[in-house]
Amino acid sequence: MDWAGLLGWVSIGLGDLDLIKFLFFQFGAVDFRSDPNSLSPVSVFPIRGLDWIRLCIAMNYIIGAFKPACHISFTFFDGKSRKQVPSKKENGQTLMVPLFQSQENIVGKISIEPVSGKKVEHNGIKVELLGQIEMYFDKGNFYDFTSLVRELDVPGELYERKTYPFEFSTVEMPYETYNGVNVRLRYVLKVTINRGYAGSIVEDQDFVVRNYTPPPSINNSIKMEVGIEDCLHIEFEYNKSKYHLKDVIIGKIYFLLVRIKLKNMDLEIRRRESTGSGANTHVETETLAKFELMDGAPVRGESIPIRLFLSPYELTPTYQNINNKFSVKYYLNLVLVDEEDRRYFKQQEITMFRLAETS
Amino acid sequence: MMISNGIEDEEKWLAEGIAGIQHNAFYLHRALDSNNLREALKYSALLLSELRTSRLSPHKYYELYMRAFDELRRLEMFFKDENRHGCSVVDLYELVQHAGNILPRLYLLCTVGSVYIKSKEAPAKDVLKDLVEMCRGVQHPVRGLFLRSYLAQISRDELPDIASEYEGEGDTFMDAVEFVLQNFAEMNKLWVRMQHQGPLREREKLDKERNELRDLVGKNLHVLSQIEGVDLEIYRDTVLPRVLEQVVNCKDELAQYYLMDCIIQVFPDEYHLQTLETLLGACPQLQSAVDIKTVLSRLMERLSNYAASSPEVLPEFLQVEAFTKLSNAIGKVIEAQVDMPIVGAITLYVSLLTFTLHVHPDRLDYVDQVLGACVKKLSGKAKLEDSRVTKQVVALLSAPLDKYNDIVTALTLSNYPRVMDHLDAATNKVMAMVIIQSIMKNNTCVSTSDKVEVLFELIKGLIKDIEGTSTDELDEEDFKEEQNSVARLMHMLYNDDPEEMLKIINTVWKHIMAGGPKRLPFTVPPLVFSALKLVRRLQVQDGDVAGEEVPATPKKIFQLLNQIIEALSVVPSPELALRLYLQCAEAANDCDLEPVAYEFFTQAFVLYEEEVADSKAQVTAIHLIIGTLQRMNVFGIENRDTLTHKATGYSAKLLKKPDQCRAVYACSHLFWVDDQDGTKDGERVLLCLKRSLRIANAAQQMVNVTRGSSGPVTLFVEILNKYLYFFEKGSPQITGAAIQGLIELIKTEMQSDSTTSNPASDAFFASTLRYIRFQKQKGGAMGEKYDPIKL
Repeated sequence: MDWAGLLGWVSIGLGDLDLIKFLFFQFGAVDFRSDPNSLSPVSVFPIRGLDWIRLCIAMNYIIGAFKPACHISFTFFDGKSRKQVPSKKENGQTLMVPLFQSQENIVGKISIEPVSGKKVEHNGIKVELLGQIEMYFDKGNFYDFTSLVRELDVPGELYERKTYPFEFSTVEMPYETYNGVNVRLRYVLKVTINRGYAGSIVEDQDFVVRNYTPPPSINNSIKMEVGIEDCLHIEFEYNKSKYHLKDVIIGKIYFLLVRIKLKNMDLEIRRRESTGSGANTHVETETLAKFELMDGAPVRGESIPIRLFLSPYELTPTYQNINNKFSVKYYLNLVLVDEEDRRYFKQQEITMFRLAETS
Repeated sequence: MMISNGIEDEEKWLAEGIAGIQHNAFYLHRALDSNNLREALKYSALLLSELRTSRLSPHKYYELYMRAFDELRRLEMFFKDENRHGCSVVDLYELVQHAGNILPRLYLLCTVGSVYIKSKEAPAKDVLKDLVEMCRGVQHPVRGLFLRSYLAQISRDELPDIASEYEGEGDTFMDAVEFVLQNFAEMNKLWVRMQHQGPLREREKLDKERNELRDLVGKNLHVLSQIEGVDLEIYRDTVLPRVLEQVVNCKDELAQYYLMDCIIQVFPDEYHLQTLETLLGACPQLQSAVDIKTVLSRLMERLSNYAASSPEVLPEFLQVEAFTKLSNAIGKVIEAQVDMPIVGAITLYVSLLTFTLHVHPDRLDYVDQVLGACVKKLSGKAKLEDSRVTKQVVALLSAPLDKYNDIVTALTLSNYPRVMDHLDAATNKVMAMVIIQSIMKNNTCVSTSDKVEVLFELIKGLIKDIEGTSTDELDEEDFKEEQNSVARLMHMLYNDDPEEMLKIINTVWKHIMAGGPKRLPFTVPPLVFSALKLVRRLQVQDGDVAGEEVPATPKKIFQLLNQIIEALSVVPSPELALRLYLQCAEAANDCDLEPVAYEFFTQAFVLYEEEVADSKAQVTAIHLIIGTLQRMNVFGIENRDTLTHKATGYSAKLLKKPDQCRAVYACSHLFWVDDQDGTKDGERVLLCLKRSLRIANAAQQMVNVTRGSSGPVTLFVEILNKYLYFFEKGSPQITGAAIQGLIELIKTEMQSDSTTSNPASDAFFASTLRYIRFQKQKGGAMGEKYDPIKL
């Protein structure tokens, strides 16, 4: 097949299309074996959903359970023009939050208004910009890999609404915001009104960081011949090894030998998130996409096309050893199912990256 | 029990499928009404998921498919209107590909693809190429076939054909051809693969199901034939080789048979004619179980009709040597398919023969070649017992007769009789009758002894008993009809040249001699008359062609005739032989051959004496003899005397008195020939008449004695009429007085009490008297002559 020709006319403008998502597939997670050169039937493991809700409740919410003494609100300098993206909170709600990238200036105002004219005594007010990593097995314990502080006010009393400008210039934010199964990476602006024994008043404002990378200069295709001796030989090809998040996977599967009765063939996108290090390494694998490539039993010599649009799926770039805490990798898993529901599969890692959006 | 359950289950599954479609169609309609693209896509995909079932037979699946198809039409309308969903067709084309399941995805892709082409935002060929490639994902035969047939269906109006709005800008009809060919190839593969689905014992059911789907595959060929751009060149160089490649390589008998037939039916005849070699070249490569004979027969039938359609196309046939190619192909096919039953081979030859008769009516050698090939195939086989085979052979043999309306043409075919030899006796006879009927119908004249030889060889089933067939079963009626036909046939054998004619007669004689006593009475007379006809002709020419060397002289013919008639003695059929002798005698008389004529008379008398015993037959015979003898003028006085003496003698010796009487008065004519130089012996005439009167008297008395009443006066009136005849002719011995006396005698007899009155004889007498009166009144010479007679 003429790959280039096909690519030429399927690379279409994406626009707001990603808002329209209809996902027909069911999620299913399967275990995999790491032997890279063989396909082998493997049993299906129980499925764990993506939408697992964590029970972790942060300290400041406990404080927040008391009646707050004042209202704190954030306004960004370019808040109206800045892009907002959805962000999932711990309680499952999705909020629209501003989007930044590394080296940007984060500038804005914080206004504090005491409730119903009560005066608020304090030992000083500060705003922090924190980059935090939170591990599932270490709930509530944040590891701050970035921490910047601006003092807003010296100790004193607040009687009425007061507005403080703040600015963090060319902030180094090397890691992207990430919400995984066992790990969370977030950026937050945190205002603290220090009140000593009365308990400090703290307010958070989350924001999302996404970093863009240029297209890789070398991007080889993935091509491999695999099989079970005298039973099934296939050759598959994916046009690239590195895909951006809205990319299209083009490829084909060529059947060299078919002696088993196949029923269908799927291409799965799997995310492998590993956290911790050494003996404490914890690995979680999710199947993000299950895309049927073939229906029915092919015969020798058949070649089945692959064209998988990545835009409908919630993918992130590949993260390699983020602050020695975690890694996120992506795999393409080619699964063949025979008439007795035995599964034969071959997994290949692909690298995901975020391409600057042109629009 | 199992089966009925299976059917019930299938009904149930179909109902479930339909319910699923209807359910989702409801939401789909709602989404379409509210222009909700997202919902529309979701529910159409769910709806199409019903087509993923593997539990339905093709027949039921089709029902399900049609329902989904209707919904897709609606969806397509929606897709067409960008205002309704606000999404460009390019985006739509991507969007539908997000569907996780392949079957709904591809149905949707095809649907959008059709809209995409119509929008002209991308070249049609690119979209088509993409669609046909992507459809490879469905490898399940039934689902794949239906999907691809959907693709074929929706793309039909959008092929970039010549003069279509989708042509141009790098889109040519060749892209359309390429697209259809590819879709065809893939569909054929899927179709062929169907046979491997399921256990062997269900093979029959599978074949039936496959047959139900064949038109889906064949449709592609039809589409190809509709593409304007496919001219002869493209067809020859691209379409046909590619299609045939598929046909041959699929190695599946069902597909091969159907597709070959499809090719033949779908594309124009002139294309077939120009690509015969390629098309025929594929035939021997087909599986041995393929019914090639039907395929080829259809091809030849079409070509025959094409040739018949207009005379202008005939040169094309010659130019491409259609016959040779077909003939070779058939030879190869028969060679390749060892198991082909003989009826198959013969059917092929019949088709080829029909073809060549239509296309090359002037090429008899072709016809003979076909027959020769047939003989070769039949040789070494026993007589054909299979009725289907004989039927085909009869068809084979009848075809040239029907075409040429002229058996003579068929007679030049050396292989024709050799084919006939392979028929069983009954069929052989039928065929022989067909041949004779053809000759009769067309009034064909067979004019040389060689042809006659061949012809009689052909119809020998009728001419003689064939070994090994029992004659008991023969139906008398049929036999008579057959032999009558042979007799009629003999009159069609004719040549103006006496020498050749004699040869013909000799040939025929040689054949019918073997016919045996049952046939000779039928076959001898026509032959005799045919020979006599020749004699008459010679007699006319006699003056011109004199000389000893002339082979066909009346003498020789008469010798032959003698032999021929003699043959009847074995039957025996003396009456017939006697008549024939007399005929010959008369002919000899006309040729002035006294000894020959005398000889024939002798033979006739001998027969009369020795063989004709029945009194009635004797009466007839003697009258024939008298009649013939009367006309003879060749005899000298001595011979004549001998013969007339014999005749009168036998007349007087007949058994019954009235017969005697009549024979004797008939003899009177022997002495009075009303010619210029005929015998006119009034004396002996009178003697005869007087003698007959005596006999009549005696007869009257005998009746009187035995019955007590006199017989009718008929005999007297008859004698009176003879008297009047000779009186008028002027015989001096017959006087008015004698007549007068006879009249008186009759009147007395009539008035006698003892005489029974007979209206017939009374009327006869009355009209005789009236005649005399008329003659008297007429006056003139005759009136004067009659004058003395008083009534």
